Formats: sequence, C-alpha cells, structure tokens
Amino acid sequence: MGRKLLLEHINEPGIQTFEVYRKKGGYSSVEKALKTMKPDDVTEEVKKSGLRGRGGAGFPAGMKWSFIDKKSEKPRYLVCNADESEPGTFKDRYLMEKIPHILIEGMITSSYALGAKTSYIYIRGEYMYIVRILEKAIEEAYANGFLGKNILGTDYSLDLYVHPGAGAYICGEETALLESLEGKRGNPRLKPPFPAIAGLYACPTVVNNVETIAAVVPIINMGGDEYSKIGVGKSTGTKLISASGHINKPGVYEIELGLPVEEFIFSEEYCGGIWKDRRMKAVVAGGSSVPILPANLILTTAKGEPRLMTYESLADGGFATGTMLGSGGFIVLDETASIVENLYTFARFYHHESCGQCSPCREGTGWMEKILHRLQNGHGKKEDIDILVDVAKKIEGNTICPLGDAAAWPVASAVRHFRKEFEEAALVHAHKELVA
Amino acid sequence: MAKLTIDGIEVEVPDGTTILNAARQIGGEVVPPAMCYYSSLKETGGKCRVCLVKVAQGSGKDPRPMPKLVASCRTPVADGMVVQNITSPEVLEARKGVVEFLLLNHPLDCPICDQAGECDLQNLAYEHGAAHTRYEEDRRTFDKIDIGDKIKLHMTRCILCYRCTYVANQLTDNRVHGVLGRGDKSEISTYIEKAIDNDFSGNMIDVCPVGALTDKTFRFKSRVWFTKPMDAHRDCPKCSGKVVLWMKGEEVLRVSARKDQYGEVKEYICNECRYDHKNVKDWTVEGPRHIDHHSVISQNHYEKIDLQKLKKEVERQLVFQKGKQLPEPNNALNG
Ligand SMILES: Cc1cc2nc3c(=O)[nH]c(=O)nc-3n(C[C@H](O)[C@H](O)[C@H](O)COP(=O)(O)O)c2cc1C
Ligand code: SF4
Ligand code: SF4
Ligand code: FES
Repeated sequence: MGRKLLLEHINEPGIQTFEVYRKKGGYSSVEKALKTMKPDDVTEEVKKSGLRGRGGAGFPAGMKWSFIDKKSEKPRYLVCNADESEPGTFKDRYLMEKIPHILIEGMITSSYALGAKTSYIYIRGEYMYIVRILEKAIEEAYANGFLGKNILGTDYSLDLYVHPGAGAYICGEETALLESLEGKRGNPRLKPPFPAIAGLYACPTVVNNVETIAAVVPIINMGGDEYSKIGVGKSTGTKLISASGHINKPGVYEIELGLPVEEFIFSEEYCGGIWKDRRMKAVVAGGSSVPILPANLILTTAKGEPRLMTYESLADGGFATGTMLGSGGFIVLDETASIVENLYTFARFYHHESCGQCSPCREGTGWMEKILHRLQNGHGKKEDIDILVDVAKKIEGNTICPLGDAAAWPVASAVRHFRKEFEEAALVHAHKELVA
Repeated sequence: MAKLTIDGIEVEVPDGTTILNAARQIGGEVVPPAMCYYSSLKETGGKCRVCLVKVAQGSGKDPRPMPKLVASCRTPVADGMVVQNITSPEVLEARKGVVEFLLLNHPLDCPICDQAGECDLQNLAYEHGAAHTRYEEDRRTFDKIDIGDKIKLHMTRCILCYRCTYVANQLTDNRVHGVLGRGDKSEISTYIEKAIDNDFSGNMIDVCPVGALTDKTFRFKSRVWFTKPMDAHRDCPKCSGKVVLWMKGEEVLRVSARKDQYGEVKEYICNECRYDHKNVKDWTVEGPRHIDHHSVISQNHYEKIDLQKLKKEVERQLVFQKGKQLPEPNNALNG
C-alpha cells in the first residue's frame, strides 16, 4: 500500500466538516507555521520538499515562491488555480469535494509564507456545487479563528475568497486566469512580466494548483526533508492521478511518485487492469495535452527500462518515445479504441477552447479539427495526414501560451505512433473514389 | 545601452528597446514584419506572430539561445544578444506558416478591397505565402455592417490584430466595440449597429492593417495608386491637423493621418479633419508625400530623388544579396 498524504482521511465520515477534520489533526500546519516559523522558513521547507507544481508544468513550487517580488510595496496575492479543465483530469474536484479543509489549510499556510493578506481560489464555473462546499469550509475556518484578523492570536491576518469562472479551459492558464479574476476577458498575457513580479492587479502573485497547495500541509507537518524521501529523484512526494478510460477501476488515486506504470494500471490497488479482458492499446498519461503513447512504450522506455510514474521517467525519450506526467490525467484506451476518433475529440476541444488571440492557434486548431473530421468520416485523403502533422508543427512553439502546444502535441504523437490507422481512414476515401 | 547583432548587423540601442525596434533602427530586410504591433499604442503586439525571430544567443552574460522563437515586437534586447531574422531558415519557415494561417480565413479579395496597395498582409502573402493554398475547408463569412456612421466593417477580412480595440481603449471615450467570441469564432464588433460615435473613431481605420475597417466616405472611390497623396495641414483645435490628402485632380477623395515607413500613425487626427474637410481650400498643402519606392502607391508618383541615398541603398542591397547577411554595421552604410 502506498502512503497517502492528501487522501489519508478521505473515508472518515464527516471529514468535510471543520470539526472532524480538526479532530483528525487538521490545521496543525497552520498552527506550526504561524506560531513557530517565519514565513521564509515555510518557503524553505517547501523548497526542501522538492514539491513540483501539480497543475501540469511541474515547476518547483518553492522556487516559484521565492521569485515573488519582496521589494515591491504592493500587496501580494496567492491564487489557487482550481479551474481544472484539462480533459481527463478530475483530481482537484475530488479533493475539494471530499476534503475541502485541506485546501483551505494549505491556502492559509502558503499565504503566510508569501505574505499575502488576501487570497483567491479561482474555480471553474461548472463546479458550482464545490463552490458551496468551499464557501462553507471557509465560513467554518473564519468561525474558528483560522481566517480573518489575527489568526490564532498572531499578527497574521488573511481573507480568502472563492471566485467561480464562467467555464473556459483557457482560464486555467495562469495569466488568463488572472485577467479573468480581474473581470476581463480571459486572454493569456504575454510574459514577461511573470506573475511573481506583476500578477493580479499588477501586484506580485503566485498561482498554484489545488493539489500543490494541499501538499504544503503534509510538507509543513512532516518537514520538507521527510517529504522529499518519498518518490524517486526529482519527483518527490505523492501525486493524485485521475485514472479513466478502459480500465476496471476508474477513479482518483494517490500514488507515491516512482510507482511503476505497469503496477498502476494492472494492480488491484489501482486501476485493476483493462476492462473486459481486452488488451491495452494506448495511454494518454498526463491529461489530453500530452503525447499519446502505445502500450509497449508506456510500460517500458525506449531503453527497455520499466516506465515509472515520475516526471522524468514518463518524459524519457523526449517526444519521440516519451510523454509527460502533466496534470496526471491518465486515460487508458483498449484495443477497440480508434486513435483517429479520439484525436478528433481532442482537436474539437482545443479548437473550441482557443482564445483566438494569436494566429497559429486561432486558425490552426480549427484546421486540424476539420482535417480530422474528414478523416474520421471517410472523406480524408492520404495527403491530409502530412498536412495535419505540418499544421501541428507550425503551431507548436509559435504561440503566446501553451494551449497551442497542447493542441499540437497529441496530433504529432498520434500520427507518429499510429500512422497506419490514419492511412486506413484515408483509404476509405480512396475506396469511395474508386467505386464512384 | 545594449549592443546586439541582428542578422549579423550590429546595433546599439537603449535598454528596454524591443528587438523589433532595434531592427527598425537598422532598417532594410532585417526588420521583421509586424501586423499587430503598433508603436504609438500601448501594449500592442505579441498576437499575430509574424514578427517571430530566433534569439541564437540570449546575451553576452548568458549565451544560451532562447528555446523558442520569440515575438520580436515584445521581447526586449539584452547586451550581447544575437538575433536571426531572415538568416534563420527556422524563422522563415515559421513565418510562412503564420502567413498561411492568416490567409486561411482572410480572402485575397485585393482586387475589390479598399486596402489594396496599402496592405501589409498583401505584401506578406506575396513575400512568404505559397501560391497555392492547402486549405480546402469552408471559410468563415460575415455580412458587412456599419459599426458607425462613417465606418463599414468587413469582418471577413479581419485578422484579429486587436489594433482597433487598442485605439478604442486608448484614444476614445465610451468604448463600445471590442472582440466578441472565442478562437476562430471571435469577431470584432459592436453589440449595436452604428454604435461608434466619437471624435477619434476614424483612427481605427488607419490602424487596421487590412481592409476590414473601411472609410465610408472613400470606399470604392478610387484605387489608391490612382490618387496623388499630398501632405497638408490646417489649424485644428482637436488634433494636430497634420494629414495626407489623397487627391484626384483637384478633388480630395480621402483624408488620412500620416503614416511612417512601417505604416504607423504617430499623430492621430480627429474625425472633423478626416471627414468634414474634403475641400482642398480647407488645407495648407505642403507638397507631395514621400512614398517608399517599393509601394504600389509610388506608381505615377514623382518626387525628387535623393541620389546619394539611393546609391547607398543599392550598394546595401548588393552586399546583402551576396551573403544574405550584411557584414558591416549598418551605420557605416547609412552614413
Ligand atoms: C491552456 C491551459 C490550461 C491550464 N489549465 C490549468 C488548470 O485547469 N489547473 C491548473 O492548476 N493549471 C492549469 N494550467 C497550468 C497553469 O498555467 C499553471 O502552470 C499552474 O496553475 C501553476 O500551478 P502549479 O505550479 O502549482 O502547477 C493550464 C495551462 C494552460 C496553458
Ligand atoms: S495559444 Fe491559443 S489560447 Fe493561447 S493565447 Fe494564443 S490563441 Fe489564445
Ligand atoms: S478590424 Fe482591423 S484593426 Fe481591428 S482587429 Fe480586425 S484587422 Fe485588426
Ligand atoms: S507584430 Fe509581433 S506578434 Fe504581431
């Protein structure tokens, strides 16, 4: 059994309430931090822990915090990214719904470290029921002296707000999120300046994912060094994985980073193997925006080593034979799944969600969708496959924000690993032409 | 100050200058094209991506190359930076891609477009576009609408550069127009037709790099190269009153603000100058406007030529064509 740090008490009846959460040791990180540590000590522990951002990019959290402009006289903000819109990713929702106080606790401890007096949880509008859960938890935290003026009698004060978005994937991109939070159209900003220098209302801001902020709780409780012992190499701690697709037991699992992929997919503790005794065909390991890998490559790296659930191991081989851990949206496809159809679904999504600011993404995502639509419906030609890959290549790396890359990567990898399926789809058209 | 090289040409510029503006100080082919950036409007740029360049060396201190191509219009220079524009095949390939993207939903209806002859996209398409399109899907279409009493919007041609929205934000009161919708469904519009009604709205037409916003008092009156552009001014209480009169014989067909060699207006004009003074008697005419020789507007347009300058430009071209890279710093050539 892997160690559980975030979901340890998930099955405890009433853990949603302050009372039960507190009884189970909740809010001890706040007590420890506010009463015995200086803000910089908290950051130092997070640095020691090796915690990497759980929202997708995997940037070291402690380092991000230390970039915050301390010389600025402006207020500082911590913003929690609870937009969670990546297809295949649903772990933040699970955490917030089942154990909301761990996020509130993490927000208080992290805000203290950053010197933020006001913090926000930006949550996707579709999670309206969770907004209510969070608001109730916040209310309880205020009532028990963990939020508001002079928390626990110290001179640290914090206000925390939940802000629902209107439901746009792009609002999960951190700068678009800040624009949206400011009440504007959710278009990504050009960087630099980075949010740590000029973020919300042009003030120094840190944007972190829900899971990242929640992980600060065990880190402070157990100490950064202790936390860093879990995991492998630069992938420390535990990670929530949203497992979906053709597996026997879809759901949200907390794993210790470093677990072999094979064990994650086939053991009873986690996914329980492929459903209906079918064979596994492919896996999208980190949410829909990462390269898709065929079964053999997800289980073993190109060098023949067992693939592990870590940032490094999943990325081994680069985009030729590897992928990314991303946000941990683990989608398994069985032998009956059509790669063309799945790719078309992804392409539709990215086309629909592009903000439209920059030309390669605005125009390219639509073009890719249309080509895939034709291929999927038997109207595609063989030449379309190369055009598709070329369009993806022309988007990748040339856009303002990574949504363009997110749209391009799955395409390039799907064609690389499953070209035959695309050619077969195109054959349908050639056949129609012949018959006509 | 920061010293950097762009396509092998050295230039020194104040810290904080963008790569694009550093290149503009050199001039010629090393200047990346720009469709969305507009130097007199704050915060523009970064959107169209035609100005992408390669930073082969970040700075003298940190010689690492930047991992991706960068938008030169929004990336500040650093001392010791090495930039490649047309000397990078990667840049040219990416730019060709961007032009192809821009043309997916922009009809090449130059023969009937008012902007023909003044259009950056037309130039880009000519220089970077492939003669044949690979796009066989349906293109998006829109009805033309009046967004103000003097401005007609051909949304079909809009490339969503956002320049007009920055004009609306920065130059006019009561902004009523902007971008609606998302992705390739986004459009420039007003919620209510003919809603644009302010003294500086005409400047949106001048900043539009394509023929999406057209001057209703000039539409279809003439091809621009059949007109004679004259610098002129008048005493205006609202603006500088410095304009270009686009004339046919003694008739003033159009009044516009003056644009520099990069097609940018530095001094905006008011609607009264633009629309209400179409009589040459209203103006003090200064003389023929200088038009870049490579513009189609210079057709039939005679101006005294500075032979010295021309000679230098020809020499520069020759050196440039030889190695597609200028060996000497520009200042030596420009004198
Ligand atoms: C298009 C797009 C959508 C994103 N959506 C989310 C999201 O829903 N949740 C999230 O935490 N990060 C999302 N991100 C990543 C954020 O920009 C940012 O990296 C993250 O919130 C940082 O938090 P972390 O360092 O704790 O991972 C998205 C990025 C992009 C480009
Ligand atoms: S890459 Fe796409 S989503 Fe990101 S800024 Fe450009 S158009 Fe918008
Ligand atoms: S109407 Fe013209 S200026 Fe406005 S966004 Fe479109 S192309 Fe740019
Ligand atoms: S001019 Fe630089 S991105 Fe448009």
